[in-house]
Amino acid sequence: MTRATRPTARHRGGAQWAAWAFLAPVVLYLGAFYAYPLYRNLDLSLRHYTVRSFVQGDAPFTGLSNYGTVVDDPTFWPAVWHTAVFTGVSLAFQFSIGMALAVFFHQNFRLSATLRALFLVPWLLPLIVSASTWSWMLNSDSGIVNAALRLVGLDPVNWLTSPAWSLASVTIANIWIGIPFNLVVVYSGLQAVPAEIYEAAALDGARPWSTFWRITFPLLRPVSAITLLLGLIYTLKVFDIIWIMTKGGPADASTTLATWSYRLGFGNLLPAFGPGAAVGNLLIIAAMIFGLIYIRTQRRALS
Amino acid sequence: MSRGLKTGVGVVLTAIMLFPVYWMINVSLTRDTDMRDDPPHLFPLHGTLEGYRAVLDQQLPYLGNSLLIGLGTVLVTVALSAPAGYSLARLRPRGGGVLSFVLLVAQMIPSIIMAMGFYAIYLRLGVLNSTAGLILADSTIAVPFGVLIFTAFMSGIPAELTAAARIDGAGPLRTFWSVILPVSRNAVVTVSLFAFLWAWSDFVFATTLDGGGTQQPITLGIYHYIGNNNQQWNAIMATAVVASIPATLLLIVAQRYVAAGVTAGAVKD
Repeated sequence: MTRATRPTARHRGGAQWAAWAFLAPVVLYLGAFYAYPLYRNLDLSLRHYTVRSFVQGDAPFTGLSNYGTVVDDPTFWPAVWHTAVFTGVSLAFQFSIGMALAVFFHQNFRLSATLRALFLVPWLLPLIVSASTWSWMLNSDSGIVNAALRLVGLDPVNWLTSPAWSLASVTIANIWIGIPFNLVVVYSGLQAVPAEIYEAAALDGARPWSTFWRITFPLLRPVSAITLLLGLIYTLKVFDIIWIMTKGGPADASTTLATWSYRLGFGNLLPAFGPGAAVGNLLIIAAMIFGLIYIRTQRRALS
Repeated sequence: MSRGLKTGVGVVLTAIMLFPVYWMINVSLTRDTDMRDDPPHLFPLHGTLEGYRAVLDQQLPYLGNSLLIGLGTVLVTVALSAPAGYSLARLRPRGGGVLSFVLLVAQMIPSIIMAMGFYAIYLRLGVLNSTAGLILADSTIAVPFGVLIFTAFMSGIPAELTAAARIDGAGPLRTFWSVILPVSRNAVVTVSLFAFLWAWSDFVFATTLDGGGTQQPITLGIYHYIGNNNQQWNAIMATAVVASIPATLLLIVAQRYVAAGVTAGAVKD
């Protein structure tokens, strides 16, 4: 991101001082508001906390036993599976729909810029607004979705209250929220493709479909990789939508690692801060792995 | 496809995409007595403003708090990230690359996990349920993004500008304040818009750090609404509509900044 240090700058010690003086606030801030909460979170996961010792801060050190508790918990593997399904399905649909729309809007017809801007709305709305709107649309008795199903002769579905459907419901809402991001990023990638390439393809008589698969899609590979990885990191940590729509239920049917971590720490009358923090740290590790892949991919795409 | 047909298809696609938004507005105007009719009313023909009256009666303090929290977050974010971006882009500190890397990684930490750490710290310090505490927590969503945007933008400012300032005898502070910052207006706008929007929309930090407070933001206002009176959906949706106003304004007033912000983190360096 930054250019390499130039020798002239290195000679001037005063310049280095000034440079770090401008950085000092952010460095202190990162220490106090990133590193320290993360350290506290790690500490939480390594001790046996009760409500009393949480306040007083004298909980005994128990090593990795919270992690053992979490992995042995019957909720663990379902939560991992739900996280994987939620993330995988969300990404597949967000990305393919986003890319199709980007290619469509790239054709620059009348109103295309305005309509493309309107597509950003779902991404900009507060998540609680989107989640509660979807909750009402998917309401079993009075929701518009079931009304539409009845109209075409299908049986209504208990979207949010049946274990078979709740994960699908929160995934649908999440796909809707994620489409704009994919659309905008892929669109900006399309703009970087030189117009001459398309003109040459058109001269050669290439049809739109083969132009897409032979030219557009391969040229968009770097942007696609970045979009997908970033989407992956965003989706792994989705909490608001699921919590507001189903609270992870019914019977844990839509519980992911993020909602489980929150429920352990805050969702019960008797908080289990240690296991909650342990689940959170596992989630961080997963996000970090994909984060590092993302950074490598991005560097390679730029060089 | 002819151009006219494309526009038609585009309009239809946009209408499908925005249907939930329309539905939110429609429900917010629907009478309580019509709320559970089958099939639901597609248009608010017997529209009512009782939902919005409930917002005025009950939600104004929440909206005020959210405004305050949003503006506070903007101040903290810009004050921290603009100087850092200047340093990384123009002063080239040794170790700057490492810091940029740390900021990239920091963006990837789920805020739900940050919230747990913050909760433990705030509880000990006794600053749970305080507006200032929530502002600081909310700013963690925006500061890494802010540094990224400012660094990218300030790298692109022509070197002649700062060289001229140096010849006139301006030090780094003077150069930053009188030369760099004024021409970085677009970056300031982009970062401020997103910092405000993210703070305004935040639910995770609000519910963990401010759940028992007297000055709660609008996201919690809606959340309590859903929990407390499950029946009055016109009031819930009216609050949702009002809570969406900043996002809508942002899109109308600053559309190009929004698109720039969305892509900045992903494709640009």
